[in-house]
Amino acid sequence: MIMIFGKPLMLLYGQLTLGLINGSFYALLSLGLAVIFGLLNIINFAHGALFMLGAFVTWGLLQYLGIGYWAALVIAPLVLGVFGVVLERFLIRRLYGLDHLYGLLLTFGCALVIEGLMRNNFGSSGVPYAIPSALQGPLNLGFMVLPRYRAWVVLAAAAMCLVTWLLIERTRLGATLRAATENAPLVQAFGVNVPRLITLTYGAGCALAAFAGVLAAPMNSVNPNMGSNLIIVVFATVVIGGMGSILGSIITGFGLGIIEGITKVYYPEGSATVVFVVMVIVLLLRPAGLFGKAA
Amino acid sequence: MQLSRRTLLGSAAAAAALPIGRARAQAGNTIKIGVLNDQSGPYRDTGGLFSFAAAKLAVSEFAAQGFNVDVITADHQNKPDIGAGLARQWYDRDGVDVILDVPTSSVALAIAGVAKEKDKTYLNIGAATADLTGKQCAPSIIHWSYDTYMLAKSTGGATVRSGGDSWYFVTADYAFGHQLQDATTRFVTAAGGKVLGSSAYPFPGTSDFSSFLLQAQASGAKVLGLCNAGADTVNSIKQAKEFGITMRLAAMLMFITDVHALGLDVAGGLTLTESFYWDMNDRTRAFAKRLLPHMPQPKMPNMIHAGCYAATLHYLKAVTQIGVAAAKASGTAAVSQMKKMPTEDDAFGSGSIREDGMALFPSYLFQVKTPAESKGPWDYYKTLSSYPPEEAWRPLAEGGCAFVKS
Repeated sequence: MIMIFGKPLMLLYGQLTLGLINGSFYALLSLGLAVIFGLLNIINFAHGALFMLGAFVTWGLLQYLGIGYWAALVIAPLVLGVFGVVLERFLIRRLYGLDHLYGLLLTFGCALVIEGLMRNNFGSSGVPYAIPSALQGPLNLGFMVLPRYRAWVVLAAAAMCLVTWLLIERTRLGATLRAATENAPLVQAFGVNVPRLITLTYGAGCALAAFAGVLAAPMNSVNPNMGSNLIIVVFATVVIGGMGSILGSIITGFGLGIIEGITKVYYPEGSATVVFVVMVIVLLLRPAGLFGKAA
Repeated sequence: MQLSRRTLLGSAAAAAALPIGRARAQAGNTIKIGVLNDQSGPYRDTGGLFSFAAAKLAVSEFAAQGFNVDVITADHQNKPDIGAGLARQWYDRDGVDVILDVPTSSVALAIAGVAKEKDKTYLNIGAATADLTGKQCAPSIIHWSYDTYMLAKSTGGATVRSGGDSWYFVTADYAFGHQLQDATTRFVTAAGGKVLGSSAYPFPGTSDFSSFLLQAQASGAKVLGLCNAGADTVNSIKQAKEFGITMRLAAMLMFITDVHALGLDVAGGLTLTESFYWDMNDRTRAFAKRLLPHMPQPKMPNMIHAGCYAATLHYLKAVTQIGVAAAKASGTAAVSQMKKMPTEDDAFGSGSIREDGMALFPSYLFQVKTPAESKGPWDYYKTLSSYPPEEAWRPLAEGGCAFVKS
C-alpha cells in the first residue's frame, strides 16, 4: 500500500473527494454572497438562515404537499427568491445610503430571528429527509465507496456555479449587472431600472442559498442550526477569494473544502480552524483576496 | 407624548430595577431554582426547555410547605465562560439558590468551581463528566442520572463481551468526549479488547462526519465507538448508514430523544445505556403521562428530563426538613440533608445519594427496537440487561473525591 506521511493513499483520495463535496457547499453559498456583495454592497449575514430555510422548504413540500425532491430543487429556490425580494424591498433597501455595518447588523438580526423561530417550532435535533430513490445506494470508485447522492451534489453544485458564472460574465444581462456594480448612476442614465436589478439580484442570491439548502437536506438532518454552522466558513471563503469576485469564490470554495478534508486526516482537531489560518495568510500576503482587485 | 432618548433610557432602567426589588422583598421565603442548559445548540432537545418543564412539574407536584418556589432558566450556549458568568450572576445578584441540569461537561465543570467557591447547591443532571463526583467534587454538588463511567461500563463492556473486541473512536474534542473515550478504553482493554485508533473532531460546529467514518472503516476495527451526544450522534449514525459503514456502532451516549430523531429504521438494533425509560413500569408511565402535556414539543422524557424532575423533588423535600433559611445560607447543609434521606419518586423509584454526591440507581442496557418490533409511538427500547446500583457506578474509592477521604 502506498503511504503518504503515514496515511494510506486510498484514504487520502477518499478524503479529497469528501472535501470536494463540502467544498461544493462553500462554493455555492459564497457565490451567492459574492453576487449580493458585488451589486448591493451588503454583507448578507442572513445567507446561512436562507440556506437552512431552503432545506426546510424542501422538507415541508414533501411533508405537507407530497412534492418530492426533484420538484423541490426548482420550487424551493423560487420560494426563497421571492422571500429575498420581499426582504430587500421592505428592509434592506432602507440601508443603501448607510455604512456597510448597518446592512450586516440587519441581516444578522434577520438570521437570528429566523433561526430562533425555526428552533422553536422544530427543535434542534432536526427532521429527517430521505435521499431520492434514483440517487440511493453506493458508487464504488475503487478507492472509496461514495454514496451516489454525494456524487450528484458535486456535479449539481459545479453545474450551478458554471451557469451562474456564464450568466454574469458572458451574457448581456450579466454585462448590465457588472456595469451597475461599477457605476450605478451612469447605468441608470442609460435607461436601466437599477433598483429593480438590485432587488432581483438579491432574490437570485437567496435562491442560490436555497438551492444549496435543497442539496443539503438529504445529507445531514434538516435542522435550524445547519446554516450557522456553515456561514462563518463561507464568509472566510468570500474574503479569501476576494470580496465580490465570482470566480474567486467558486475556486476558493472547492479549494478550502479540499484543504479541510486533508486536515481531517492529519489533525482532525484543527479542521475547524484551518480555513481561518488560510484566511490570515492570504490577507497578510494579498489583502484584497486571491482574486480581488486592490481598491 | 414625545419620546426622547433620555426618557426611554430612564424607563428601561426603572423596568430593569423592578423585578430585582420584588425578588428581594420575597427572597426570605422563596427558594429559587435556576435551570441552566443548552437551549439553542446540539443539546437543546436532550435538555433545554424540556428540563425546565420537568423541574416545574416537580415544583407544582410538591405541595410547598410554607415557602414559595420560583423556577427560572437560561441558555449557556455550550460555552464555559458564559455558563460560569451566568452562574455567578444568579448566585450573587439574582438570589438563585440551586442551579439545575447544566449539560456539556466543560460548562458543568466551570460551574462546579463557582458552586464550590460560594457554597451553593448545584444539582447536575445533564453533564456526563464523572469528575463532578471525582476530582472536582464538592459537598454542595450532586450528580444525577448518568456519567461517563456508568455508560462506558455498561455499553462498552457489553459490546466487547458480545464479540466487538477492536475499536475505533470518533470523539467530540472537549472534556466530555475525551473522558468518555478514556473510560470506554479502560473497560474495552480490561475485557481483552483493543483500541486501534481515534479521531477527535471540533465541537461544537461539526456536522459532516463522513471523513472520520471513512478513517474508522480504514482502520479495520470491528466497533465504531461514538463518544459524542445529541445532534452529533444523530448525524454520525445517519452518515454511517449512508456511507455503508459495516462496523458495529456503539453510541456511548444516546438518549431516547435521539432515537426519536433518527427513526427506528435507522436506529433499530443499536444498544445504549440509560438509567430511565418511560415505559419501564406503572410509576414511570404515570410520570411520563403527567409530564408530556407540559413539554415544549410532544417528546417523551429521557433520563436527563427525569433526573431534573427527581432531583428537584428531592431537594425540595430536604428544604422542608432543614428550613428555607438554612438551605439558602449553605449549599452544603441542603445537600447533606439530601444525602441523609433516601430518594423516592415516580421516575427512578427509591434510591440513595452517596457521600461524594453520586445519586445511585440501577442502570439499564437497552436495545433499540426495529420498526417491526415497536408497537406504537415511543415504544423504542427492550431491556438487554440491568446493573444494580452498587455495580453501575464507579466505586467510591476510585473517584478521588478529596472531601470524602478527610
